[in-house]
Amino acid sequence: MDEELLKEYSELLPQKVLDEIKDAVPSNISKSKLKEILDKTLEEYNTMKVSPGECVGLVGAESIGEPGTQMTLNTFHFAGVSEMNVTMGLPRIIEILDCSKSLSTPMMEIYLKSPLNKGKGIKEFAENVKETKLRECIKEISVNIGNSSIEISLDKEKMDLLHITRKKLISIMDASLKGFTVKENDELIVVKPRGKDDTVNSLFKAKEKLKEMYVSGIKGITQVLPVKKGEEYIIITAGTNLKVVLEMEEVDATRTISNDSLEISEILGIEAARESVLNEVKKVIDVQGLNVDVRHIMLVADIMCISGAVKGITRYGVVSEKSSVLARASFETPLKHIINASISGERDHLNSVVENVMLNQVIPIGCGMPKLVLENEKGEKAK
Amino acid sequence: MGEPVIHKQVNSIVFGVLSPKIIKKMASAKIVTPELYDKEGYPVDGGLMDIRLGVIDPGLTCKTCGAKLKECIGHFGYIELARPVIHFNFVSTVMTLLKCTCRECGRVLIPNNKTDLFSKQLEEIEKEGGISARRARLKSIVTALKTTNKCPFCKSRQQKITLEKPTTFYENEKRVTPIEIRARLEKIPDDDCKLFGINPAAFRPEWSVLTILPIPPVTMRPSITLESGERSEDDLTHKLGDIIRINQRLFENINAGAPEIIIEDLWDLLQYHITTFFDNDVAQLPPARHRSGQPLKTIAARIKSKEGRIRHNLAGKRTNFSARTVISPDPMIDLDEVGIPTEIAMKLTVPEKVTEWNKEYLKKFIEKGPKTYPGANYIVRPDGKKKKITDETKEQVMEELQPGYSVERHLLDGDIAIFNRQPSLHRVSMMCHRVRVLPNKTFRLNPAVCAPYNADFDGDEMNLHIPQTEEARAEAEILMQVKTQLISPRYGLSIIGCIQDAISGCYLLTKFCNFSREEAAELLLSARETDLSTLPNKEKVSGKEIFSVLLPKNFSFEGKAKGYSGNQDVDKKNDTVVTIKNGKLISGVMDVANLGEGSGLMIRNFVKQYGEQRTIEILGKIFRLGIEVLLKLGFSCGIGDTDIPDEIKQEIQNTLSGAYKDVDDMIAIYREGNFEAFPGRTIEETLELKILERLNEARNKIASLVSKNTQKDTATIIMATSGARGNPLNLAQMAGCVGQQALRGQRIKKGYKGRTMSCFKKGDLSPSARGFIKGCFKSGLSPSEFFFGAMTGRDSLMDTALRTPKSGYLYRRLANAMQDVRVEYDETVRDATGNIIQFTYGEDKLDVSKTEGGKLNVQRIINSVLE
Repeated sequence: MDEELLKEYSELLPQKVLDEIKDAVPSNISKSKLKEILDKTLEEYNTMKVSPGECVGLVGAESIGEPGTQMTLNTFHFAGVSEMNVTMGLPRIIEILDCSKSLSTPMMEIYLKSPLNKGKGIKEFAENVKETKLRECIKEISVNIGNSSIEISLDKEKMDLLHITRKKLISIMDASLKGFTVKENDELIVVKPRGKDDTVNSLFKAKEKLKEMYVSGIKGITQVLPVKKGEEYIIITAGTNLKVVLEMEEVDATRTISNDSLEISEILGIEAARESVLNEVKKVIDVQGLNVDVRHIMLVADIMCISGAVKGITRYGVVSEKSSVLARASFETPLKHIINASISGERDHLNSVVENVMLNQVIPIGCGMPKLVLENEKGEKAK
Repeated sequence: MGEPVIHKQVNSIVFGVLSPKIIKKMASAKIVTPELYDKEGYPVDGGLMDIRLGVIDPGLTCKTCGAKLKECIGHFGYIELARPVIHFNFVSTVMTLLKCTCRECGRVLIPNNKTDLFSKQLEEIEKEGGISARRARLKSIVTALKTTNKCPFCKSRQQKITLEKPTTFYENEKRVTPIEIRARLEKIPDDDCKLFGINPAAFRPEWSVLTILPIPPVTMRPSITLESGERSEDDLTHKLGDIIRINQRLFENINAGAPEIIIEDLWDLLQYHITTFFDNDVAQLPPARHRSGQPLKTIAARIKSKEGRIRHNLAGKRTNFSARTVISPDPMIDLDEVGIPTEIAMKLTVPEKVTEWNKEYLKKFIEKGPKTYPGANYIVRPDGKKKKITDETKEQVMEELQPGYSVERHLLDGDIAIFNRQPSLHRVSMMCHRVRVLPNKTFRLNPAVCAPYNADFDGDEMNLHIPQTEEARAEAEILMQVKTQLISPRYGLSIIGCIQDAISGCYLLTKFCNFSREEAAELLLSARETDLSTLPNKEKVSGKEIFSVLLPKNFSFEGKAKGYSGNQDVDKKNDTVVTIKNGKLISGVMDVANLGEGSGLMIRNFVKQYGEQRTIEILGKIFRLGIEVLLKLGFSCGIGDTDIPDEIKQEIQNTLSGAYKDVDDMIAIYREGNFEAFPGRTIEETLELKILERLNEARNKIASLVSKNTQKDTATIIMATSGARGNPLNLAQMAGCVGQQALRGQRIKKGYKGRTMSCFKKGDLSPSARGFIKGCFKSGLSPSEFFFGAMTGRDSLMDTALRTPKSGYLYRRLANAMQDVRVEYDETVRDATGNIIQFTYGEDKLDVSKTEGGKLNVQRIINSVLE
């Protein structure tokens, strides 16, 4: 096949289309035929381009907003029997577009390097990733009121699995609990208050604190699930902590991903965050069986990321960035915007849509965009 | 023709605050008394309804501009406040200013050398991140300032200022009066104001303490005359009355030298009234109320929220020449037509300019008058005066008529109308149709265009608008016609297609039918196909041949029908490979996959190859053909359609009991404690999952049993297989078993402690105690099953009710954020201010509504070249 001919068109046609032609055309095609195909494609491509003035923004908003009414509110979704619960449907879309700080089901997909991705030792690794709290590696914890102490009996099996020694555990307890002494006593670990403050109340408080104490693993990851995805094994987690996970040696950092766009923008940068918003929205829409073109989602993702940080589509995010006072006022909290504008003597240049609707003027979009420029006798141009 | 039209355009709007000077200057009256009218009911001079402020009564003339009612737009007045009062909306600004400036000299508490640095910083930030970034930086500077306690200029000590909400300031626990505040704000130099983001030309800090109050013109607070002749004043008038009354009393008390306490009380009261005059929803204040107890609607409430001025009156417009009524289907009108009742056609009119050439034509309408169709209702003189046509004035009007006039004639067939159904969620919710005046009282539309409007005929109402100017008509015709909207910009496929009966009909026709040539011709003619030249000249014509008559002669297409499986033998048997060659349907049946909306490329290819007009014509014919076929064959479904043989019934029972047994076994293992959990799950969760899986499997098996063993050629099955309505699962629920009822993806477990209903034992985990319905709709449900069904039914009702407002709000936010994003002439995507959002739209510049399902179909081009 004639690579050079294809190259000639690389400026004129999108790469994706060229690749498709390359794949679909028989390899022994003659140059003239290929040229004919390319020319025809180019001709068709030019008729299919967006026309200037097209209000792609509103069309995009409609294309995402309209199917929103058809989505189910069902929060939980089963993607197969042994998978994890994930927020889906409308609530998830709202969550992504709001760019909310605390997701209802944060998640990570951890891809692994060999040999772990073949499934070898994946369970142990998964257990190590998971954040372990003290209550998970003990058999029993009780308050002994008689000699005002807390007695803990440990779960050996669990501790072996996590490679935690008694000593380590005790030192952790010692460090995190102030005002108490931790001692080993045969099978038991006994925690006693150091000072005079030995009221039962404080003992119980300490007990609850001990139960939730961080022992090992990665903070924030509450659940792990090794799954086979295609040919390899990956770990799906509930809760995210990209920063720590990506630093781990066993992890394939190039593919490991979280579903929290804000976290991604912090750690991997804004382009990655844009991709994340795009993929997450697309995932939800695909699961619902709705048909929305990627271009619309792309536009939304771009608008959210244009300022260099991920901004939600809320009155504090994207909308507050608008230059027009009236456009902001027509969305939410009009008084605030009008008063702030009057304090700083803002000028509204009326170059978006709502302001011109308010004033009964032609909107500068579509047919309203072209302007007539006239030259007067002196040769000056006037609109 | 006519006088030259001057178009003026607003270029920009500057916001600012009225200074006391301007308030006084623009006022046309000083208001001194709270009285409204004298004994004769005539507005009092210097009262709130002073006729210098505008007129709201017919017959009176405005003393300021001399114009009458509706011509005078009203004029402001003012009152002088006895003591200054803080404007509520500027309290936070006043607070920061007081905290950050010196109490003695009024300078900002930043050393001189640093001010320049800060202002430079701020300017840079504004250049980069816009005004909101500037505000954010300012905030951080201000918070840093609050700790300074010594003025770098006059070295005086600063005191701690606190704000007791809403409007009282304290300095070291001592109250600061508005007089003092105003004095301090006055001292702040203009240059320092700029640091706070205040533009001193638009707003001087001391203006936030009111010394005089502008009185809005009466035209913005008109009074209503009740039936009893009593006058009912606007809320704002009431509030202003309160303000003036208190102000008056304060004046009197001050002049009389009343004790300080009384004056302060009155002062506070004045502050309260003025605060609520601006905003009656202040958190810390009790809202001012009517005597009846309902809160007054003051200025803030007039502007705010969905019913406020901005969203209700400014961003939302009202129109004349619109109609609304119930819709009903009529497949015999074209897709881009709308049937309009004669009654409505006589109310809605189209203005038509009179010229030498159409004068006689228009006179005919006037002659018929407003009461006979097609007549005319008004004529409009060149100066814009409207004149009604009645039986009496008819003759005279006809005499008067000459070029330059226009006649508002009744709607005629072929006029342009814009048709709309709420909620208007996407642009195809509002399309342009051609008028077709019909008898009876509903709007008629072709069922094929139901999909874009999301309309059905269970009582839906729709709106109709008649564009009144040439520009509007042209724009509607070019941009909004149904035919220009065939391809959805959401996914690049057709959104208009055959539905329901049309699909069943075409399916039957292309799958089973053979007609005599006469019958075939009859069918095609009633579908309004007049060109029968392609109908084969033989005794018996197959359905496929009849269908082919509608197709363009050189149309070739390959596609898949609904039941396409990929298995060659099965597909051949079911006839699911659609091949059209040179306008002949060679193999394949026509069903939703190719005729329906949003699926398949057949309609998409019509548009591509033959253009929009041809496509809707073909589509209309296909639709009518489908319906005519059904009319000819008859198509009714009864309960017998779901009959299944006894041995299959038995097999269903066996499948069910097998599943029940398996579940029981699982529960038994669980009770023994030998059940193994999935990783990351508790034992109970695993059990639930496994039970659900097993029961689903059983149900699916029943579904396939049912669809295999029902009679194939009944109406119900045909509807399901052609995709016209219903699916095999619905059928299984009718004939086999309804299946598991699920709440939030789980079996039902709500209700009593440990059980769902009191007729079950505690801890019963069996299918029937947890919402599995083994009965079918035909045989009926048991009471507990029925109740489970009601539970999920209610859940889904709630789901819809909760979802609508949520998704509506999401949509509004999206639309607001993205409405001004457009493609520029350089093919970049930009927002209103010109910030580039994308360099190429969607990374390849393709317009989705011009693509085929979002793609450029390379394969087709290659095939056409290589062939």
